[in-house]
Amino acid sequence: MRTEAAGAAFVLVLLAAPWVFSSSLGLNLLTQMAIAAIVCLSYNILLGQGGMLSFGHAIYSGLGAFAAIHVLNAVVLPVSLVPLAGGLAGAGVALLLGWLTAQKSATTFAMVTLGLGELVAALAWLVPQVFGGEAGVSGNRVAGAAPWGITFGPQLQVYYLVAAYTLVCTALMYAFTLTPLGRMLNAVRDNPERVEFVGYDARRIRFMAVVIAGFFAGIGGGLAALNFETVTAEVLGSQRSGAYLLFTFLGGSGHFFGPVVGAVLMVLANVLLSGITKAWLLYVGLVFIAMVVWVPGGVVSLAGRLRWRSVPRYAAWVLAFAGLAAMVEMVYQLQLRAALGPELRFMGLALDATSGWSWAGATAVLVVGAILGMRK
Amino acid sequence: MEFFTLSLLNGLSYGLVLFMLSAGLTLVFSLLGVLNLAHASFYMLGAYVAYSLTLVLGFWPALLLAPLLVGLGGVAFERYVLRRVHAHGAQRHKAEMLVTFGLATVLGELVQVVWGRGPVDYRIPEALAGPLFTLWGTPFPAYRAFMVLVALGMWLALWLLFTRTRTGLVVQAALTHPEAVQALGHNVPRICMWVFGGGAALAGLAGVVGGNAFVTEPGMAATVGSVVFVVVVVGGMGSLAGALGASLLVGVLQTFAVGLDAISRFAPLLPYLLLVLVLVLRPQGLWGRRAD
Repeated sequence: MRTEAAGAAFVLVLLAAPWVFSSSLGLNLLTQMAIAAIVCLSYNILLGQGGMLSFGHAIYSGLGAFAAIHVLNAVVLPVSLVPLAGGLAGAGVALLLGWLTAQKSATTFAMVTLGLGELVAALAWLVPQVFGGEAGVSGNRVAGAAPWGITFGPQLQVYYLVAAYTLVCTALMYAFTLTPLGRMLNAVRDNPERVEFVGYDARRIRFMAVVIAGFFAGIGGGLAALNFETVTAEVLGSQRSGAYLLFTFLGGSGHFFGPVVGAVLMVLANVLLSGITKAWLLYVGLVFIAMVVWVPGGVVSLAGRLRWRSVPRYAAWVLAFAGLAAMVEMVYQLQLRAALGPELRFMGLALDATSGWSWAGATAVLVVGAILGMRK
Repeated sequence: MEFFTLSLLNGLSYGLVLFMLSAGLTLVFSLLGVLNLAHASFYMLGAYVAYSLTLVLGFWPALLLAPLLVGLGGVAFERYVLRRVHAHGAQRHKAEMLVTFGLATVLGELVQVVWGRGPVDYRIPEALAGPLFTLWGTPFPAYRAFMVLVALGMWLALWLLFTRTRTGLVVQAALTHPEAVQALGHNVPRICMWVFGGGAALAGLAGVVGGNAFVTEPGMAATVGSVVFVVVVVGGMGSLAGALGASLLVGVLQTFAVGLDAISRFAPLLPYLLLVLVLVLRPQGLWGRRAD
């Protein structure tokens, strides 16, 4: 029931958001969020539904993006169908690699996807004819016929194309969770021995899940190619795979719509948080560790876990985190921005990285916050 | 002949650094069942800490102290973070990998906060800067020989510890029969803590010894990290002999490939191609005993 309500809200937000955030930045962020939502949802087929920790998901989204940009440049498909070419490429590569990765579960799966991810990323640099080397491959989405005057030139038209794909893909992926295969995938996650005993082939179920996830990831990659009109080898890298893992988990891998929340956070962190602080990934990493330890259900599970009497304790930990962040920012100021002098602004406060008072203040905030947080 | 001998020596010494890394990783994995994705980050941390200590105390104290400090960091991480994740039950292994993945992210950034984004000037000690001997006019660096000695010493120490001492037996028993060992009065959680710290210290040692031979920079964990995982899969998960064999194999293979003009372009691919080949032909790994 809660999933259906979340789904209805999702459709509404997806359709109405561009009228609320109509600035060029807002529209850009929304487009990226909708694309990331497809990729994170596809990643969660592996992580949440299948219990497979993949470190190579960018292979499928990235190769999908390259396939799409080449199809776009060849002008053989209407622009609106180009992302499907990305999806087919993602599924095709998954057919090839999934056979290797799905042999084993859990730990070995993680290591093998890590290795294959590096292999594909390294290959991309060796074949500049296909992957464009340093500069990448560019395209122009205003190509071919323009039915009903839709050229995909304006960002709003791209957004609605992305939104349409996001709606359809999300509906299909949700439907997948209800199919017998989707249910068996959960069983393979929870108890592969028992699945084998009942007569199903766990490897085959994992393999099919990898192919399906690869298809949707490829569609996400294809949409990204249309949106940015350029694809570089960076989209295949291990950092990208790591980001999908990190934010899918942060959003919540146990709930169907958790990855959508993760996708929103991913774009916000990549675009907005990275503009505020250079140490943003450090903070994301710390929050991630804290979530794995204390809130394994991710952000979407927070609402259900929140107890009013715990609020002061949470506030104390936020305070401690702010003290730590102040120290990190001061060290950064000394290390990377030494030319700009030791003064910096941190959450509205003027700090001096060379002054003992600033350090004492930050330490005091950290210690007080931690002590209050640890009290029962 | 000249090319062959030198490449072989260089390949073996690179392979032995890989072995120092994969030994720690495979020990922690086979004893605790924890796949530590931050293992290469402990290697990086070892190199950076050794660099800072070298500036103050010189290289030799750093060789001892840096692995110790990194090991203590590992102990603290096990005690205060990883141990809490053990409670996650059936999804335990996934949660462990996730939390160490988070640690790898944090350490990668922390190193950049403290030591900057560029490489640091971590040099080999003066005493070992020269060549040990000269073969066909090409000097063989004394430091390479030193790396080989450290790696072999580590291997011998581990082998003696686990086959010849009481502590080694208790550790091994604690991980296969925790209840029985607990009942005999040993503190099993504390053993797990020290094993994890030991693995981190081994990675730290590899960083102290390898950081100055190669480059100490924020990307070094990523460079070596995935190769080490390849080594562990190729050798056979959890097999120390497999880790040694696969490390030497990957080290020699890659050094030869870099030296041969015809295939030097493909050198970075080789470990991963080896991974695929092994997975297809012998999924349990070259030295692995069982396929699961």
